Amino acid sequence: MNNKSNTRRSMPPWKYNLWVGVFFAILFSVFMLIYIATIRIEYTWSWYKVPSTFLNREVIEITSEIDGKVAQVDRKNDEAVITVENETERKSYTVPAEDIRVNQGDLIYYGDTLATYRKWRAGIILQGLWITLKCSLFAIIFGIIIGVIGGIARISDNPALKWSAISYVELIRGSPLLVQIFIWYFVLGTMINQLLMSYGMKEIPSLWYGVASLACFTGAYVTEIVRAGIQSIHRGQTEAARSLGMTYGQCMRHVVLPQAMRRILPPLAGQFISLIKDSSLLGIIAVRELLKATREVVTTQLNPFEMFFTAAALYLVITFSLSMFVQYLERKTATT
Amino acid sequence: MIDARNVSKTFFVPHQVKALVDVTTKIAAGEVVVVIGPSGSGKSTFLRCLNHLEIADEGHILIDGIDILDRKTNINKVRAEVGMVFQSFNLFPHKTVLENITLAQRVVRKRPKEEAHAKAMTLLEKVGISDKANAFPDNLSGGQQQRVAIARALAMDPKVMLFDEPTSALDPEMIGEVLDVMKTLAREGMTMVVVTHEMGFAREVADRVIFMDDGAIVEVGTPEHFFTAPTHDRTKLFLSQIL
Ligand SMILES: Nc1ncnc2c1ncn2[C@@H]1O[C@H](COP(=O)(O)OP(=O)(O)OP(=O)(O)O)[C@@H](O)[C@H]1O
Ligand SMILES: [Mg+2]
Repeated sequence: MNNKSNTRRSMPPWKYNLWVGVFFAILFSVFMLIYIATIRIEYTWSWYKVPSTFLNREVIEITSEIDGKVAQVDRKNDEAVITVENETERKSYTVPAEDIRVNQGDLIYYGDTLATYRKWRAGIILQGLWITLKCSLFAIIFGIIIGVIGGIARISDNPALKWSAISYVELIRGSPLLVQIFIWYFVLGTMINQLLMSYGMKEIPSLWYGVASLACFTGAYVTEIVRAGIQSIHRGQTEAARSLGMTYGQCMRHVVLPQAMRRILPPLAGQFISLIKDSSLLGIIAVRELLKATREVVTTQLNPFEMFFTAAALYLVITFSLSMFVQYLERKTATT
Repeated sequence: MIDARNVSKTFFVPHQVKALVDVTTKIAAGEVVVVIGPSGSGKSTFLRCLNHLEIADEGHILIDGIDILDRKTNINKVRAEVGMVFQSFNLFPHKTVLENITLAQRVVRKRPKEEAHAKAMTLLEKVGISDKANAFPDNLSGGQQQRVAIARALAMDPKVMLFDEPTSALDPEMIGEVLDVMKTLAREGMTMVVVTHEMGFAREVADRVIFMDDGAIVEVGTPEHFFTAPTHDRTKLFLSQIL
């Protein structure tokens, strides 16, 4: 009778397992098809090139700043102190002892390599990932601030506030994000940077125009989400709070917003997930975020299949972590 | 304590309704006034005008000498002195019973935590549910919720309590416990304005009964007057329907 609550019971186990098998067969065929197609076009997979785009070892050379003679090479455990001197000067270099190129008494010239060592360095993809995370995080924070203010203005009785909020929301939602990014960068950005320069100040990097465009875009959607959340709280709650003498602000802060928060959380998470994905558009205004970094790697390494799959997987990891985090928050607020 | 003079209120949305027409009445400190009348007669609107949840279009309302319709009046200060209990309780569901009662004490009265806490516990004791202090409102019965709502209003040390059909949303077996709390309050000398259909309550504790119809006060008198010799035909009709 109650087979709605448990879909497994609606078919016998052998049938269920059969369809699970079909699922994996489909999955496998898709991968096989791609693989066979790549063989047909003679694509050479080079996954081994991928790790170095995350982390690689950089060789750092330490060179002499003066002409002279190596007076002393003093090794101590992992480090060594190389002293170079001439008639007028004496210089010491502390270097890791892994690859020392000179011996005591060697004659050296300005610019000669004294020693080298290798250091781990974040690859371009990891740097791009960091920029993507940074842009998204700032855009989310500003988006929340704009959205809460906008949402409260949207339900205000004051026409200046209310109509400003409505205009803002309609304006932003009515045009493509790409156009807004261009306006932020090529119109507002040009204006602001030229003004700053005419006052002798530094230009603002394109990243911040990118963050601004994303924040403004998200802010409009968050405004609507916050408005709906606040309006979903029964009027009686406000009346009870106000009848106790609370001000509008106290009532919002202690009574309405905490309750609205719970209903706002799921649509908010969806909004932020699309924000993270939309941050991939910032590449066109020279922000080197994950997708831009990926494309740069592709042009030098010529392995587009591997790199684009990698980028997709990284976006998936970020968005999935975010939705897990929000589910955790939801569970937490539901119990209190 | 309450002085309402020529108060009128008209709603225009969804259609024009004269909810209050030239209502004038005085309520003295310590008096218990029961407001009765058919549905839509303006009882709730009258009560809500008294604490500025609705804004009267015309007339004057003085609470303890302060004109609440004056723009210069700080309405939040007046509301803190006027407790209100709603038909649908309106407890804050995201806060425990204790927090419901301490919240306004803390943010409006600026009382220290311990003092607010102690006050809340005393009041919970008084309304007979001190064992539910840490429960959430949704886990309480209707009667219990309404008693918490009364305690929440009392925590502000109000000078007047307004009750808008406090027992109408309750199962019959829970009405008594709420009325008992209200009777105790009345005996302690609280100024109360009560909209209710509980005629037993009116007979027992009301100093005065006001009968409203079509937004106007039709008849005012003692409970004995109402239950023995009402004068107006509309009053007689209404009483015959509910008694
Ligand atoms: N916010 C409002 N907007 C529009 N009309 C309203 C509003 N509140 C009340 N009214 C109207 O005003 C009139 C009086 O309503 P009120 O709620 O004061 O009556 P009541 O005596 O409390 O009735 P009940 O016994 O049903 O609670 C009704 O006709 C009602 O439809
Ligand atoms: Mg009513």
